Amino acid sequence: MKLPRIRFEKRLTSPRWLPVASLAGGLALAMLTIAIIFAVLGVNPLVAFQRIFQGGFGSAYGLQETITKTIPLILAGVGLTLAFKGRMYNIGAEGQLLIGAIFATGIARAFPDWPSFLLIPALFIVGFLGGALWAAIPAVLKTRFRVDEVLTSLMLVYVANEAVKFLVYGPWRGSDTRGFPITDEFSAAAQIPSIKSTRIHYPTLIVAILLAILVYLLLTRTKLGYEIRVTGENPDASRYAGMDYQKIALLVMIISGGLAGLAGMGEVAGIHFRLRPPEAISPGYGFTAIIVAWLARLNPLAAILTSFLLGGLLVGGDAIQIALNLPAATVQIFNGVILLFVIASELFNQYKLRLEV
Amino acid sequence: MTSALPESQATVILRGIVKRFPGVTANNGANLEVRKGEIHALLGENGAGKTSLMNVLYGIYHPDEGEIWVNGQKVTIHSPQDAIRLGIGMIHQQYRLVQTHSVTENVVLGLKEYFFFPEKAARAHILELAEKYGMKMDPDARIWQLSAGEQQRVEILKALYRGVKILIMDEPTAMLTPGEAMELLHILRRMTAEGLTVIFITHKLEEVVEVSNRVTVMRQGKSITTLETTKTTQSELAQLMVGRDVLFHLDKKAVEAGADVLKVERLNVMNDKGLPAVVDLSLDVRAGEIFGIAGVSGNGQRELVEAVTGLRPISGGRIIVNGQDITQSPPRARIKSGIGFVPGERWMALIPGMSVADNMILKNYARPPIGNGPLLDREAVAAHTESLIKEYAISTPDRHTPIKRLSGGNIQRALLAREISEKPSLLIVAQPTSGLDVGATETIWNLLLEERARGAAVLLISDDLKEALALSDRLAVIFEGQIMGQFAAREANLEHIGLMMAGALRPGLAAAKDNSTAGESA
Ligand SMILES: Nc1ncnc2c1ncn2[C@@H]1O[C@H](COP(=O)(O)OP(=O)(O)OP(=O)(O)O)[C@@H](O)[C@H]1O
Ligand SMILES: [Mg+2]
Repeated sequence: MKLPRIRFEKRLTSPRWLPVASLAGGLALAMLTIAIIFAVLGVNPLVAFQRIFQGGFGSAYGLQETITKTIPLILAGVGLTLAFKGRMYNIGAEGQLLIGAIFATGIARAFPDWPSFLLIPALFIVGFLGGALWAAIPAVLKTRFRVDEVLTSLMLVYVANEAVKFLVYGPWRGSDTRGFPITDEFSAAAQIPSIKSTRIHYPTLIVAILLAILVYLLLTRTKLGYEIRVTGENPDASRYAGMDYQKIALLVMIISGGLAGLAGMGEVAGIHFRLRPPEAISPGYGFTAIIVAWLARLNPLAAILTSFLLGGLLVGGDAIQIALNLPAATVQIFNGVILLFVIASELFNQYKLRLEV
Repeated sequence: MTSALPESQATVILRGIVKRFPGVTANNGANLEVRKGEIHALLGENGAGKTSLMNVLYGIYHPDEGEIWVNGQKVTIHSPQDAIRLGIGMIHQQYRLVQTHSVTENVVLGLKEYFFFPEKAARAHILELAEKYGMKMDPDARIWQLSAGEQQRVEILKALYRGVKILIMDEPTAMLTPGEAMELLHILRRMTAEGLTVIFITHKLEEVVEVSNRVTVMRQGKSITTLETTKTTQSELAQLMVGRDVLFHLDKKAVEAGADVLKVERLNVMNDKGLPAVVDLSLDVRAGEIFGIAGVSGNGQRELVEAVTGLRPISGGRIIVNGQDITQSPPRARIKSGIGFVPGERWMALIPGMSVADNMILKNYARPPIGNGPLLDREAVAAHTESLIKEYAISTPDRHTPIKRLSGGNIQRALLAREISEKPSLLIVAQPTSGLDVGATETIWNLLLEERARGAAVLLISDDLKEALALSDRLAVIFEGQIMGQFAAREANLEHIGLMMAGALRPGLAAAKDNSTAGESA
């Protein structure tokens, strides 16, 4: 007997609805896989999904927390849409985020007495600069020495991690922290205000949404955005047209790193009001931002929406971890599965499947 | 519908094929009937629907309407694999070979019958097939070492290895040198003598007349007629295709050549493999003249033009444009100094996935009216694109369509339109009409002559000697990176040019003199 065979065939035509359908299909398969994981862990998947949704979106508190986590995801995610459009595979947003947090802490510690109308803008600026600097390293290594930016940007995450640890365990450890590896609390002027009784530091949220719109306009309405798209789609044509690859690669990385740096700044100056060990500042926002960007199909405006979804998933994941007594890595596993399926679903934009008997 | 066709003779019948794309109908009730053992030419203007119709037969596109019959049976072809099982193979213009693999590996690649790579048996079978159809082929050569013509033979072998009986070739001679094209036609004749069938898309009427048994002419998605080749003429075919007489009337006014626009002095350039490709080459092109470079492709033409445009580093010499030494200038500065460039490798000058509009502004996006400070003026982009589409008759559903969706000829037209509209003082064009229909060829030739009349210096690289002779004021022959000879085109001696293209007649040496100094230059 002959078994049916599955075949991939290259598409030469693609209907308009295809990208949406393949994305939806990818997400559905991801959900199915996650459901199986739940079942294996001895949890009823339907109950688990219901709890995740409930946790992330189903209550006022859950929604507040979701929006709080949406802020760093928008910032870092929008930056990555730009980098990926320009074919710079910046995998190290997490590290750029942490350096942004360090820079912000540095300013908050150095000028605690500045009035907040000076200090808060200064925090935004240095937060951006910190992330930008960290992302510039792989950019320069790539354009000058042809070192792959995937590796270098990722390795720099670990360096940033150690840098944060070094500071909070060492020179920056607070005087009044009862031995905890954290800095002293920022002065009131260095604390970004939040909506009352929530942790939503709205100035950062507003800046994040504005930046998403700006990056969208940059890509679609400016000469630089055009150069980025051309270079990302066809580096040969970019060279042919005399575009400056070094400039474009560097700019794209600086902007994406800077946005990730802002995300880190927002976490320390808007939520914790101090520098803490890396895992306390970010549960991997910089990595989740990669999913945000791909899920948004590299559209910065869509990234606002996908940030909200993934923010909810983070919150809901936390909720079930406690409620259903699941291992702490559960949310990471979700993220991994979703990323895998979202990227795999891209395949269906170029190929179609056929069953043969 | 009654079947009036002699079905017994026909190996392939396409009936009433309709294929629609968003905004265009590529095939609109096309019919085709191909007999076993014939070479059937498919002829038609750019965008007439030839490639689409063959993609339907090869299972890449699914027709919206119509029937396909193969060997007397009605079939539905879902995929190229289906087509191959029915004995139908297709060779596209762009080859899909793995550059670092050997010929044998490429031929066998993707066959599911084998678990282990049957190196020996495969090699033997490939040699046997090559022998049978008169192809010279080293089964162990790596693809990157092969010329365009040799790579095409690998594609043919790939199809034959899979037992293909009906072979579709889409503009197979467009990328070949005249010699390679002759060889290909010879191979095709051998194949039909062995009972195979060939469907052959081309724009070159002389090839149709020379090699085909019958010819079907397509216009606007429909098949107009099928003729016995012996009962027609090139001019009748051109007339059927375009719907008007094509006279090849060239408006070649006398133009007084002006000052030197391009001066190249003792230029040396390496190719991708690090071997010398251009050797001590000097030339100059004046305003208001077309300077042609004839030669078999692969003799340094590509390296020469890439060096002039700044896309390839040079190892020696000087390049001067409009009196300025640009030897060290980056590409952007050279574009600014007035160089327009249509490369032979079209895709290095286009962005396939981006819209026609985004492709049309690649050269002028940075300055007004398109570039407005740091912004792109979207209205100016639209206006610029629409005017090019109109002026150069680029056939596209709209300016937002990705340029890769256009027919081969229209992509070509769009590229030329962009470069010419920049009004360059030096226009470098490589193979300007390869892949263009006769009507479009006439249009493009006249466009280049208009550029010359405007006072541009045109450096024309062409494999097509007829084209080079028709357009050029002065002509140089290139061989192994050196100029073998240079003369006024009207005084050209065809026999000498032939010898020079083959490297048998060297510069500064009369034909009678000793040829032993080959390899060194004067
Ligand atoms: N995948 C596609 N999507 C949208 N339109 C297409 C697609 N393929 C072809 N077309 C359109 O169908 C028409 C016919 O194209 P086709 O490539 O068959 O022409 P052709 O006869 O091969 O022309 P040429 O000689 O220029 O290669 C063109 O208008 C082209 O733009
Ligand atoms: Mg075609």
